[in-house]
Amino acid sequence: MIDGIEVDAKAGATIRSAAETVGIEIPTLCWARNLNPANACRLCVVEVEGTRPLVASCSRTVEDQMVITTNSARVRENRRSVLELLASAVELDWAESELVAHFVEYEARSDHFDGTKLEEASKIHDDLFAREYSRCVLCYRCVDACGDQAQHTFAIAIAGRGFESRVSTEFDVRLPDSACVYCGNCIAVCPTGALTPLTEFVMRTESTWVQERQVVTHTVCAFCGVGCNLELHVQDDNIVKVTSPSDHDISLGNLCIKGRFGWQHLD
Amino acid sequence: MPNVHFGNGQPTTREQEIVEQFLLEPERATHALSERVLVGGPRRATGIRHLLLPGLWALQDSVGWVSPGGLKALCDSLGVPLAEAYGVATFYELLQSEPPPEVLIRQCDDITCMLFSSGNLGVEGSRVGSSCLGQCDSSAAAVVQRPGHGTAIVTESVGASTPVVAAPAGARLLRRIFNGGATTIADYRSVGGYTALEVAIEIGSSGVLGAIQQSGLRGRGGAAFPTGAKWLAVADSLSSTKYVIANADESEPGTFKDRVLMEQDPFALIEALTIAGLTVGADCGWIYIRGEYTLSYARIKSAISEAHSTGFLGADVAGSGRPFDIEVRRGGGAYVCGEETALLQSIEGYRGEPRSKPPYPTSDGLFGQPTLINNVETLVNVLEILHQGPAEWRSVGSAESPGTRLFCLSGHVARPGVYEHPMGTTLGRVLSDAGGVAAGSELQMILLGGAAGGFVSPEQLHVELSFEGARSAGLSLGSGAIVVFDASVDLPKVVARVAKFFANESCGKCVPCRIGTQRQMEIVAGRSGGLRVLDDLDQVMTDSSICGLGQAASSLVRSARNLGVI
Ligand SMILES: Cc1cc2nc3c(=O)[nH]c(=O)nc-3n(C[C@H](O)[C@H](O)[C@H](O)COP(=O)(O)O)c2cc1C
Ligand code: SF4
Ligand code: SF4
Ligand code: SF4
Ligand code: FES
Repeated sequence: MIDGIEVDAKAGATIRSAAETVGIEIPTLCWARNLNPANACRLCVVEVEGTRPLVASCSRTVEDQMVITTNSARVRENRRSVLELLASAVELDWAESELVAHFVEYEARSDHFDGTKLEEASKIHDDLFAREYSRCVLCYRCVDACGDQAQHTFAIAIAGRGFESRVSTEFDVRLPDSACVYCGNCIAVCPTGALTPLTEFVMRTESTWVQERQVVTHTVCAFCGVGCNLELHVQDDNIVKVTSPSDHDISLGNLCIKGRFGWQHLD
Repeated sequence: MPNVHFGNGQPTTREQEIVEQFLLEPERATHALSERVLVGGPRRATGIRHLLLPGLWALQDSVGWVSPGGLKALCDSLGVPLAEAYGVATFYELLQSEPPPEVLIRQCDDITCMLFSSGNLGVEGSRVGSSCLGQCDSSAAAVVQRPGHGTAIVTESVGASTPVVAAPAGARLLRRIFNGGATTIADYRSVGGYTALEVAIEIGSSGVLGAIQQSGLRGRGGAAFPTGAKWLAVADSLSSTKYVIANADESEPGTFKDRVLMEQDPFALIEALTIAGLTVGADCGWIYIRGEYTLSYARIKSAISEAHSTGFLGADVAGSGRPFDIEVRRGGGAYVCGEETALLQSIEGYRGEPRSKPPYPTSDGLFGQPTLINNVETLVNVLEILHQGPAEWRSVGSAESPGTRLFCLSGHVARPGVYEHPMGTTLGRVLSDAGGVAAGSELQMILLGGAAGGFVSPEQLHVELSFEGARSAGLSLGSGAIVVFDASVDLPKVVARVAKFFANESCGKCVPCRIGTQRQMEIVAGRSGGLRVLDDLDQVMTDSSICGLGQAASSLVRSARNLGVI
């Protein structure tokens, strides 16, 4: 039973996905369709009858006779506080549009809590991409994408503890000195703009990145025989970014260095 | 095998040697090859990754830090990606990932030690502050780390008497310690040691499970979960591999009872864990000891080896025909690793970040297998239940909280130490049995249950220290910590220190706790914002945090506000 609607969910389904089948949308941040939930942001919390704390709907699986409330005042207050905490520490002005919409939906104010922000200098170590961890919400997506859920490279992991936790290479070595193979799969899953292709980073810093002027065309990558689908983001006749659809059965949003960055050398 | 990259830092000859030697230690060699430890769950068939934390310790204690070269040598041997191993090393307070000073002193400045303006403890070196070190009965205390000389604890009783171990209403758990402790198997046997194991073998698994259920024993680790139900769940599971774990991570500020048990009566824990293993059907047990407890570690290690050579551990435990072995792990300095699922992650060689529950460890525990996790004090109670029989055992205490409880008294109390009392004894009685407030001062406030607990005012000394008695007064017994503050104490400073504790100890995984504890610390220290947002922080941390750390991180601040302390 979700918000009073009787739901017949598959065994093993999460509360989030069961709710989706009856048209109830639950906000998420760390969850991504192509990754296992990290269960870290806690934006997706819901009330489950008989459980004192709220429950993360992205990772908790449904049980028989569960009674779930997804949008009570208590749930909404908690989601608002999660958003406000994030805004108090993290630079969110490049974040994906969904996150911006959540701020509106939950009337979250970015200045409700104030205090120390994440202060991290930009890390640009090559001409392919930029990392700005002052924008990082620690959703674990890039770590999972680089690790055992997609790329199996393990170039990055979470280091440190608590408020000092950061996504990092070993001893914070520069990306070219790490295990990174520049597949860019981490960029593809980053919801906040902490990881960007250098083109996007430069355009955003120069304020020439205009999402509204961009069109996306679909094609198939010609570099090898795998046949990854590509989405070419074009602004004013220039390719500004390449992504891959995350719901595609073969590539699940992942690409390799050639597919993701090869266009820079094509023109 | 993942695509592992091993980086450019080269190990020194010394570091290479340390790693090689570490892997050759007899226990490692057997365990590395043994099916028993290696069999993993479906997701965590991770080979010998569980040797990562002990390997990091080997480097730390020998060269004083985990250098890029040392880490590379270790990762090469264990097949662990460098970035992940770095993430693990930097998770723990006691592991250095930068070149160390000659002498590093981590001096406790937590709620008890902060009361005693202490000198330099007789050591000179670079000083940093530290969370509670579990030495509050002889505070002040510090951990000293020196390259080549490992990690050591130094203490100095400031003002107070030497630590006391007492049971004013009759000793059960402290019985052997009263008689001078039992650190060799001969001593332990001479005071009736290993007779509970005989009973357990005689009455068999169902007999033990029945006795524990009838006793009504509830966990002493903080959550008060019925122990019988937990044992039964693991015993009933059909899996052929199971584990039992003693949670000896004891890091709740103001708590030191498990340390006293392990230092002075190590075989009791080993016997109890053996009974747990035989009862639920586990061949392998683990004891996870907080990294600062170096004496506990040494005593437990030596007790295990004596138990081995006398047939109380090994292929045929005490003639039962059943195998049982115990592996010991040293924590790296992280309060959160006392949380049971974080503890599992830590043993497995990952960062000590709690897992989502359900599934619970009883079905999906260590290496994905059914696992029983109990606190040290909980386990030692099992011996008494088997000795006395459940009816006699539960004749003290209350119906809902049978048995006795160990309380850790520290701060401005006349005789700090570990005290055993029947559950339900009043706080006032517990305090007066420890000699009351230290001479020449007056009681201002008591902190019950540690950092995750709450304040008790002098008007509330009649509160009964049982699970239900504490609950009805809006309190929690927590770990059994009782810290006494006299009139001279600046209580807002205590609250600020506790807020800092949670910020320092948050694992950082979830937003409510990672950022919430940071904001709470800043606000309570007066560095930002106003008290008005504390309600919002309290709500989001309590409701939406993943684990008990974040869920309890605002409890003392709330209590302090209710009592007008801040
Ligand atoms: C942040 C945190 C720290 C904890 N620390 C400890 C600890 O040091 N020792 C312990 O026995 N239990 C600790 N616990 C409780 C354990 O998660 C678990 O409930 C306990 O070990 C179960 O044993 P019991 O049933 O015998 O009490 C902690 C829990 C949390 C949330
Ligand atoms: S580009 Fe690929 S290999 Fe490099 S850090 Fe990102 S996901 Fe890992
Ligand atoms: S860098 Fe991006 S994807 Fe990675 S944890 Fe931070 S916000 Fe998430
Ligand atoms: S509540 Fe705190 S300690 Fe627990 S998982 Fe979340 S961040 Fe980690
Ligand atoms: S979406 Fe569920 S915790 Fe982040």
